Amino acid sequence: MMLLSEQVLNGLQYGMTLFLMAAGLTLVFGVMGLINLAHGSLYMLGAFACAWVAGATGSFALGLIASLSAAAAAGALVEVVVIRRLYARDHLEQVLATFALILVFSEGARWVFGSFPLYLTLPSALSGAVMLPGGLQYPLFRLAIIGVGVAVAVGLWLLISRTRLGIRIRAGEADREMVAALGVDIARLYTAVFALGAALAGLAGALVGTIQSVQVGMGEPVLILAFVVIVIGGIGSIKGAFVAALLVGLTDALGKALLPSLFARVMEVSAANGIGTALGSMLIYILMAGVLIWRPQGLYGARA
Amino acid sequence: MKSRHILLGTIAAVALGAGAATAEGIKVGMITTLSGGGAGLGIDVRDGFNLALKRAGATDVEVIVEDDQQKPDVAVQIADKMIQSDQVDVLTGIIWSNLAMAVVPAAVAQGKFYLSPNAGPSALAGAGCNQNYFNVAWQNDNLHEAAGAYANSAGYKNSFMLAPNYPAGTDAITGYKRFYEGAAAGEVYTQLGQTDYAVEIGQIRASGADSVFFFLPGGMGIAFMKQYAESGVDIPLIGPAFSFDQNILQAVGDAALGVRNTSQWNKDLDNEANTAFVEAFQAEYGRLPSLYASQGYDTANLLLSAKAKADVADQDAFRAALEAADFASTRGEFRFGPNHHPIQDIYVREVVKEGDIYTNKLVGVALEDRGDAYAEECKM
Repeated sequence: MMLLSEQVLNGLQYGMTLFLMAAGLTLVFGVMGLINLAHGSLYMLGAFACAWVAGATGSFALGLIASLSAAAAAGALVEVVVIRRLYARDHLEQVLATFALILVFSEGARWVFGSFPLYLTLPSALSGAVMLPGGLQYPLFRLAIIGVGVAVAVGLWLLISRTRLGIRIRAGEADREMVAALGVDIARLYTAVFALGAALAGLAGALVGTIQSVQVGMGEPVLILAFVVIVIGGIGSIKGAFVAALLVGLTDALGKALLPSLFARVMEVSAANGIGTALGSMLIYILMAGVLIWRPQGLYGARA
Repeated sequence: MKSRHILLGTIAAVALGAGAATAEGIKVGMITTLSGGGAGLGIDVRDGFNLALKRAGATDVEVIVEDDQQKPDVAVQIADKMIQSDQVDVLTGIIWSNLAMAVVPAAVAQGKFYLSPNAGPSALAGAGCNQNYFNVAWQNDNLHEAAGAYANSAGYKNSFMLAPNYPAGTDAITGYKRFYEGAAAGEVYTQLGQTDYAVEIGQIRASGADSVFFFLPGGMGIAFMKQYAESGVDIPLIGPAFSFDQNILQAVGDAALGVRNTSQWNKDLDNEANTAFVEAFQAEYGRLPSLYASQGYDTANLLLSAKAKADVADQDAFRAALEAADFASTRGEFRFGPNHHPIQDIYVREVVKEGDIYTNKLVGVALEDRGDAYAEECKM
């Protein structure tokens, strides 16, 4: 029982970091129709900015601010310099150009920070474990990540449904020519959306980098999972990204934790371990395949 | 075996007398991990290797170093290039057993020597051994066997075991269980290169274990140790030196203090070669050497000792010179078993703080004159 509740928390925490990544990706894809492979590089950039500033100033809060602003600034710059030329092109050219950006960012980070991973120290206020009701001990920082994820989800929901910018984003998603014809500066809107997505990716990178490590190439494995999340959730849907991210996080954590012991009931322990571990890491892709068979447009996808 | 040694030694001596040897230099191809979470290991092996060459003034040994990025396909490409276009005589450097399995069999089949400064997968120690393959570090199981022996003496009866899912990970748990006599509270294989261990730490917490044996080298070990310290789980840890090397300890800090681990080498091993090595390494690079650095250093010295006796073009003579292992190892006494893997003592170390630096100190011997479990299956 204790194992189950701890693994549910692990799944939620993992899901929240995936959501921070996927939210930006799905917005950019939904509003601009752009496949942005360089989203993982913005995640890496946020992590490096946090590690560098936190290391130099000793303040983790300043590090987080740096990660948000550096990723947003880089996002806006990339949008203006490169991405803007790609909206009218087809997806293959977008993939090629943004893949090139991955190489530029990775080599740039290697050049500036070296290929040795950086490690952050947790702020003392957020380090250690806390006792939860029910007697479960859980790391405070991971709880904080869950909190940040919920706050970002609520904030994004308010932004999209209650503000003028949100109305424009939704309108841009539905019909971009009409929005432009109505006098909305579509170029500025796109830059703003791209920078917002980049900032969220940078925040995710800083949070994950703090508990794991900050290194070149850290963004790509997460990028793949973020794509899985937006495909399951339905492309362009923030709500879909949220639900799918939690689904993927929980499936991964519970699958890895429970499958081996489940198999151990019907077969020998070492074989059960092997099969359980292998199947556990495949589970999210099986989930994706299942969802796509059932709903090809994803859970909350508008377009078929 | 012994008579064969003498015979081969004689051949080597004849070759030396004929003046064929040592005229030509040696070209070494070093494939190692210089980027990503495993970079610390490769950098230390490379630096240790280069230090030995520098100290010996061996200007006729040319070393080509390339980064394998910890990817088997990249390592294979580099090996092909080094063998075919660079035409190296000797290959070395690989850290990870899955990369070694991809590169070594093909390289020795093409008549190159391979001197392993680290990876020692069981598949290359037993039936898959080769006369041109030498491991200067250990067979993979060794340090874990010693950890198992230590766990018995520490009175642990219920261990949780954790290792990455690749050849060295399975060797690790096999090795631990070969000597450990208690029960298994759990046995988990993680992904190689994994950086989040929340799920595994949850399993450890729920397992009721009295000890956690883990093998997580490089960045994996750093991530695990940091997250373990944050988790509130306080079951004692044990492991091989790979989980507590010089780089990991600096990143992990206080959380590792007092932990016991097993190693074939430590910086305070009392012998002349080691004292000189530790001093020179600190002077050259401004940091303490790790066991990986000592392995790189020993590998280069083995190569130099063979080069002094035979020409690398005369393969049989050169091989005999390598088998003799006539060099001053940082480990003190060093010799090869019949399958070209070391027979050596394995020690228990404890993590301590010296000034601001976290490091290990020797506290005892876990296994004496340990060869490996696969030597009998090796037919050369």
